[in-house]
Amino acid sequence: MIAELGHYALVLALGLALVQAVVPIYGARQNDPILMSVAGAAAVAQFLFVALAFGALVACYVTSDFSVTNVFENSHSAKPLIYKITGVWGNHEGSMLLWVLILSVFGALVALFGTNLPAKLKANVLAVQSWVAFAFYLFILTTSNPFLRMSPAPMEGRDLNPILQDPGLAIHPPLLYFGYVGFSISFSFAIAALIEGKIDAAWARWVRPWTLLAWMFLTAGIAMGSYWAYYTLGWGGWWFWDPVENASLMPWIAGTALLHSAVVMEKRNALKVWTILLAILAFSLSLVGTFLVRSGVLTSVHAFASDPARGVFILMILTLFIGGGLTLFAWRAPLLKQGGLFAPISREGALIFNNLLLLVACAAVFFGTLYPLALEALTGQKISVGAPFFNMTFGPLFAVLLVAVPFGPLLAWKRGDLLGVTQRLLGAAALGVIGIVVTFAVEGGGPVLVPFAFGLAIFVITGAVTDLIERTAFLKVPLGTAFARARGLPRSAWGTALAHIGLGVTLLGIVGETQLGTERIAELKPGQTISIRRYDLHFDDIVERRGPNYSEVAARFTVRRGGEVIGTMEPSKRSFPSRGSGTTESALMTRGVGQIYLSLGEANPDGSIAVRLYHKPLVLLIWLGAVVMVIGGGLSLSDRRLRIGAPKPARSKAVLQPAE
Amino acid sequence: MTRKKRRLVLIGSALTVLAVAVALVLTALKDAIVFFNSPTDVAEKHIATGSRLRLGGLVKEGSVQRGDNMQVRFEVTDGKNSIRVAYQGLLPDLFREGQGVVTEGTLDGAGTFKADSVLAKHDEKYMPKEVADALKKQGHWKEDGGKSAATEPQGRTQ
Repeated sequence: MIAELGHYALVLALGLALVQAVVPIYGARQNDPILMSVAGAAAVAQFLFVALAFGALVACYVTSDFSVTNVFENSHSAKPLIYKITGVWGNHEGSMLLWVLILSVFGALVALFGTNLPAKLKANVLAVQSWVAFAFYLFILTTSNPFLRMSPAPMEGRDLNPILQDPGLAIHPPLLYFGYVGFSISFSFAIAALIEGKIDAAWARWVRPWTLLAWMFLTAGIAMGSYWAYYTLGWGGWWFWDPVENASLMPWIAGTALLHSAVVMEKRNALKVWTILLAILAFSLSLVGTFLVRSGVLTSVHAFASDPARGVFILMILTLFIGGGLTLFAWRAPLLKQGGLFAPISREGALIFNNLLLLVACAAVFFGTLYPLALEALTGQKISVGAPFFNMTFGPLFAVLLVAVPFGPLLAWKRGDLLGVTQRLLGAAALGVIGIVVTFAVEGGGPVLVPFAFGLAIFVITGAVTDLIERTAFLKVPLGTAFARARGLPRSAWGTALAHIGLGVTLLGIVGETQLGTERIAELKPGQTISIRRYDLHFDDIVERRGPNYSEVAARFTVRRGGEVIGTMEPSKRSFPSRGSGTTESALMTRGVGQIYLSLGEANPDGSIAVRLYHKPLVLLIWLGAVVMVIGGGLSLSDRRLRIGAPKPARSKAVLQPAE
Repeated sequence: MTRKKRRLVLIGSALTVLAVAVALVLTALKDAIVFFNSPTDVAEKHIATGSRLRLGGLVKEGSVQRGDNMQVRFEVTDGKNSIRVAYQGLLPDLFREGQGVVTEGTLDGAGTFKADSVLAKHDEKYMPKEVADALKKQGHWKEDGGKSAATEPQGRTQ
């Protein structure tokens, strides 16, 4: 009964989506406020119905209703409650339902919080949003219905893939989807602007908070996924340049570019056409990501099942929206007027440089991700494009970008003074150089790039701090005045600085982990000791334990540093009888921002067990940097001008530029 | 600066960055790409010793020999040809005789494949796509046999 209710709610949402996709646009053309206002109500109702459908599926999982095929295939009555709930999106059908749920959340948010949007723009935005929703409801109902029943109902389910039975599943997919799907709002705004043929600085101001919100979620989602992979796979790696990871990185890069170009548009009324294009691109890349992950062209944990019909359907959605969006762009964009003039050396110029490098880096990732698929389709030749390719292409481009990062915020709008900015950055550069020298001295030999990468990270961080110091005139004016100024700074200035600092922090972590880490692999018997850096790990014994739906063999280690006990580590191997497979649970010990990482390999007949032991200095900075970036985004989002919205009347005549 | 000049500077710098990126991609394509081969491909193609490649197939029954210090030798087969593989290190959880495996490394002069990474698969539901295709080519693919073999590269998130 509950499953049918969910199914029915989803069908109703489809119907509502169709209404919302057509009526408001017609209303906007006819200038009919009543027809236009249908959009808001429909968006909220759509959200309620999708939430009902989602709730119904959750209920089926919680009550272990195995007559529902989806529950039978992915759940088990002995599974802990949290994994019964998270298991809802630990499969293809359920994860698509989560996708549309989040899409409808964003639609409802625009309807509820977009009160200061011009009626026409709002109607068009919500209509475009609903086109996307309609396509995906149709996709779910025709190819991936989670509510299908089977008869007779089995007694027990097949359980969720053990590797997904982890708290990470509760956090990573929802965050990532909020990011992915959030870009649909920027896309809808762009398409709405093209339909109306009108775009201005105020438009950028409305789009930016949504883009920022999506970007924050995507940043957090990618970081979370990376940390999950790090602790769960037992290899100590945190980024594999795997196609599915790239699928989330590409919209992130495009979204980052969009955030920056929207600033130019908002402040200087320039780069309009470009910003629209980026908004279309960011969501297109989200769709490409959904396609790569969900269509089954890649075999992976993420591609839960491959069914050609699904792949073709998503490909059609992809072609329709990307093709349609770009066609509309090509047709309407020339009508948009160019904005203000500026010299190449200026804040605008710096932001364009940022966009250029980001997009080219994104293109390199795109190429590396899709080339193997294309090559195989065309020639049958199978290749693997792995980390070396991306390190050689993405790496240098991003390094150049990072060098430029501290300059951007210090340059003036319109016409900047590169020499002056360089002088102001001398302090930061000096610290960077000291970082290089110190690393050289400490590391001695080793890869030459390491000290420079450290120096670069320090330069990025201190460069961002320099910007804050300059703005508050810290140390130049009395401390009280400086604090008053700091309080008076727009929050977006703090946001920018924090986001850039986060970038530097992540870089520190990456260099520390990849270049200064050590690894040991050995076969140990209980009673033996293995050492790494200054840590000695004594293998005490092996214990067997039982969990709710698995049995576990754990190896207990006592960790000493200089003879003193500092803790214990218990890596284990779990086996899940319901699936006949298992997971390796690594043990982590955090020391400052570094970690000791221990995971188990095969047990040998002679009683010894293979272990992998890593010392990973600075590793936590990789994710802490992302957290700092997200906090920066949050600060920027709470900036007064985004909260209050765009100033209206008076000046607006001069600012608004009708296309015709 | 006039609009025209500004546009020239913009286009100029865009083209420069693009050219650099294309150069980077082309170099990387030459150096950083690894081809996938089945044992039959290796036997027929005369691959130069020392060049990196991926070798995939089934671990031949009865071929696994473990030595000291985590040395392992086994054979990878696609039913028609087999290649000896030498590897030192931890094997993934689901490395089994008769199951699918993908190894990466180089061929030495004696025809032994020195692997520096071995990927077996995490979930028994799937077969690595490359391996399945290679086996199909040799006519050794059995639908349910494929199901019992596994796919998920250990150590990948995917």
